Amino acid sequence: MDFSALNPVSLMVSLMIAATPVLLAAVGELVVEKSGVLNLGVEGMMIIGAIAGFAISVETSNPWIGMLAAMVAGAVLALIFGFITQFLLSNQVATGLALTLFGLGMAALLGQSYTGMKPPSTPHLDIPVLSDLPVVGPILFSHDPMIYMSIALVAGVWYFLNRTRGGLILRAVGENHDAAHSLGYNVVMIRMGAIAFGGACAGLGGAYLSLVRVPQWTEGMTAGAGWIALAIVVFASWKPWRLILGAYLFGGVTILQLNLQALGIGISAAYLSMTPYLITIIVMVIMSADRRRASINAPASLGRIFNASH
Amino acid sequence: MLRLEPRQQASSTMRWLTPILAVAITMVMGGFLFAAMGQDPFQAIKIIFLDPFIHETFGPYSRSQLLIKAGPLILIATGLSIGFRAGVWNIGAEGQFVMGAIAGGAVGLALYPADGIWVLPLMTIAGALGGMAWAMIPALLKIKFNANEILVSLMLVYVAYNFLAAMVTGPLKSPDGYGFPESRSFTSVDATHLPMIYEPLGMHAGVLVALALVIAAYVMMERHLLGFQIRLTGESPRAAKFAGVNPAVIVAVCLGISGALAGMAGLFEVTGPAGKLTTNFPVGYGFTAIIVAFLGRLNPIGIVLAGLLMALTYIGGELAQLSLGIPAAAINVFQGMMLFFLLAVDVFVNYRLVWKKEVK
Repeated sequence: MDFSALNPVSLMVSLMIAATPVLLAAVGELVVEKSGVLNLGVEGMMIIGAIAGFAISVETSNPWIGMLAAMVAGAVLALIFGFITQFLLSNQVATGLALTLFGLGMAALLGQSYTGMKPPSTPHLDIPVLSDLPVVGPILFSHDPMIYMSIALVAGVWYFLNRTRGGLILRAVGENHDAAHSLGYNVVMIRMGAIAFGGACAGLGGAYLSLVRVPQWTEGMTAGAGWIALAIVVFASWKPWRLILGAYLFGGVTILQLNLQALGIGISAAYLSMTPYLITIIVMVIMSADRRRASINAPASLGRIFNASH
Repeated sequence: MLRLEPRQQASSTMRWLTPILAVAITMVMGGFLFAAMGQDPFQAIKIIFLDPFIHETFGPYSRSQLLIKAGPLILIATGLSIGFRAGVWNIGAEGQFVMGAIAGGAVGLALYPADGIWVLPLMTIAGALGGMAWAMIPALLKIKFNANEILVSLMLVYVAYNFLAAMVTGPLKSPDGYGFPESRSFTSVDATHLPMIYEPLGMHAGVLVALALVIAAYVMMERHLLGFQIRLTGESPRAAKFAGVNPAVIVAVCLGISGALAGMAGLFEVTGPAGKLTTNFPVGYGFTAIIVAFLGRLNPIGIVLAGLLMALTYIGGELAQLSLGIPAAAINVFQGMMLFFLLAVDVFVNYRLVWKKEVK
């Protein structure tokens, strides 16, 4: 075995790239769940974002327009979920699953003619001096802008939820929708806003996957990333900063096993490919095991149906 | 303005009407989808829903696929519906399906080239146990560590896919397979070949077992204490607790049964229609079965009908692919839409639309 082929700096860089799609989707889902809605359709919104972002980028030769389109596509899909769960009062678990199944099919259908194409490349940051520093340069100062965006988004969501009035209202709706309703807040519209935000984030995460991480379009390319984002929200105990830890842990395992596969250490590639999913299960189990802590942090109205006329 | 008012009692008429309504809306919206793809919507819908029955050349083959495709869907959905009624969300049936096929298939391969009518029943038991064992992982993690069974069971689908890849390139790889990643053929040896009972409709032995289990599930849910406890847990977890129902038992039973049925479905698939284990073996029945369970109202009779309908969309979809060049993914969209519309119109089961003047 020759571990010297593993360069820690480039490992760190690819780790961050692998973690970003999941982080984007997870931060969106965190806001949705904080408002008391469980949207299991993250996988579907991500893959729709992946194909929408890819297709629009190829057509316009501009990755940024593609990412914008992916956000719109994710949000539109999320609003279908929102309409059915918030206005037609359907079961959120079942509707989220429907969203995933529908999204996977729709993306495959839309993506037929885009298989095998190359997307326009996303420019990287290039700051004189800083980007050229050894070790620190590639890890901190020469990524594509989306990586910084994802961290900034986490910071923004933390600030919004914990330091603003709007965030307080959103959390109130998630903790007790009946009380929030009697205080005069429009529970349904606040939740619709959160759902749309979650969809846009998931769509953006998907676009990052097909435009930067891979970069290509293949059917079913999210391969469970949306579900892992959901698991990371649980792992983070609904605290924004911990999402970064969860996502980077997942990214680290993914990159490590991919590199081990390339090295050929005598373990079948199939077994190594299992590890990100197994690690996700393990960390989620560890975080859920303390029932009291889990129940303190989870939004109390999560997944419950709200109807004002009750 | 229009308002939703809760009904005093869930409308039983609506419970049966909404699935039909959902299918009708899906046909209309599917028509728009096909029109957007530049196809004649009426012809596309006719090909999907009618041609499997009436087409002169393709009809006989299509009809022989009906039960082959409906069988696993009905079997898996029956298991899932039990859990869904208790609020236990096993959505990893796809993984349990794969693990059942591997476990049962491995027994068959270990006995190769044994002959005897006991081989297939033994494989079926192993398949059911394999699927059940895989489903007990989320069950135990839920009971012991409070882990969300939705996410765990779903993660395990991807683990199962990779395990399948490891098996067909490793221990279960056919020694006579010229290095291809696939197992020996189960259908070329009589002892491991699932017998076909009525060819024109594709009724193999597995379909009969599936129908028998549907009846058993019905009896359990409607006539047995366990079924009552499962339903009670779903409708009112608190009341169930006061009545002395142990929630851990319900979780284990629901996941165990649904895993066993999915595993059995996997075994029937690999010893019949699929013929051997390959990495292309899973085709998503485990996920489509979720739609079947809901469309069938989590009710055994409903599930049989919904399974047949969903099988029809698969077969009709293949015909549409053949004659119109409509991509296979369009059928997945179609199936996804069906669940969407069902959940949307389901609002009328528990609520009625009333016109209320705004009180100012």
